[in-house]
Amino acid sequence: MKHFRMQMAVLAISLATAAPLLAEDLQIRNCTWCHGSSAQGYSVAPRLAGQRVDYLANQLEAFSTHKRDEFLLSTKYMWNATAHLDPSTARHLAVYFSALRPEPAKDGDIKLAAEGKIIFENGVPNENIAACQACHGPEAQGVREIPRLGGLSYNYLKRRLEDWSQGRDTSGTPMPHVARSLSPNQISALASYMSFVEGASSEK
Amino acid sequence: MKAVRLRVALTSALAVFLTAATGQALAGAQDGHATAGGVEAKFEYCTTCHGASAQGFRGFFAMPRLAGQQPQYIENQLRAFLERRRVNPVMANVAHGITPDMIPALAARLSALNPPPVGGAPGGDVALGKEIFAHGLPDQNVPACSACHGPDAKGQREIPRIAGQLYWYMVGTLSIWSSERGQGGRPDISWIMRPTVANLTRKQVEALAEYVSALR
Repeated sequence: MKHFRMQMAVLAISLATAAPLLAEDLQIRNCTWCHGSSAQGYSVAPRLAGQRVDYLANQLEAFSTHKRDEFLLSTKYMWNATAHLDPSTARHLAVYFSALRPEPAKDGDIKLAAEGKIIFENGVPNENIAACQACHGPEAQGVREIPRLGGLSYNYLKRRLEDWSQGRDTSGTPMPHVARSLSPNQISALASYMSFVEGASSEK
Repeated sequence: MKAVRLRVALTSALAVFLTAATGQALAGAQDGHATAGGVEAKFEYCTTCHGASAQGFRGFFAMPRLAGQQPQYIENQLRAFLERRRVNPVMANVAHGITPDMIPALAARLSALNPPPVGGAPGGDVALGKEIFAHGLPDQNVPACSACHGPDAKGQREIPRIAGQLYWYMVGTLSIWSSERGQGGRPDISWIMRPTVANLTRKQVEALAEYVSALR
């Protein structure tokens, strides 16, 4: 059964598309199977709705070329899911999901959010921790290939920061460098804060 | 006899090496304990945002190239952030985390780097940019940039290097010059640029940025 599903997934994604994708298209359903039917994220699969077009396209490429290599979730799922993805379909997928309205997960620890906001906006200069907003924007909205972080789920944000700080994902700059100065408590605070950020506008 | 002499030589070489290595390890341990305090750690902190070789990085905000920058310019700007002569909340915080005694070493470290320009400018009117840089626009009261920034755009003392500076940073910083720099009523060298930036059109600023961003 699992095997069959995987084959279907590969088949779905390998059908190249020329036109914008619709919700009922197989390629979209292949994504929403895990990421949720309105792409708000589900369990370990992050929200795709409202994410930056260039970031989504860039990450799909990073999965298919195995540049993004954090253990288990990307190697086990996303490498396969993107194995036969052509750039044009990847772009259509990115356009489709970025246009969906994102809803904030708001599932972090509200008591930690104030500390997270301070780190996000100012960094911690005495501990050589950079301000997240310098790259991700004051409302965590992201820009170009830099992802929107506002309203992503606490667990996803925390896991990604842990991946980088513990050397499990070596792809991309500068996140492996940024995250290594963060303590576990600071990671929890940041992930909590970001999970509450609305920033619903899809404008940059 | 020869063998003995060789062995003595090798042993003393090893001893020197070990002493040096232990010394380094100790120094490292002390630095490590001072964590964020060390110059090297602070240098790494700069490169988190400004790029691994301080070549600059285009995030949500454009973070300028610091590589090859004039040490006096770096020092003056760090002070300007602290004194709010230059308004930038993020950099004001960062500057508070740098002790004055670190600044010369940090500035020297950054000015010694020489990575190639980041590039990526949209492809504008380079010829116009070069003309303004070299000769200015006499009809608009715009002096030649090269008069102060040098014919190679490497700057001097408190006047910054602009060779290889990020296109987006150049456009951004020239667009908000008079509301960001020279604030708070204290004398500031940035005032010299005020009439010039006011006399440049957006198109001319973009052309200039295009030209200088590719200079090595």
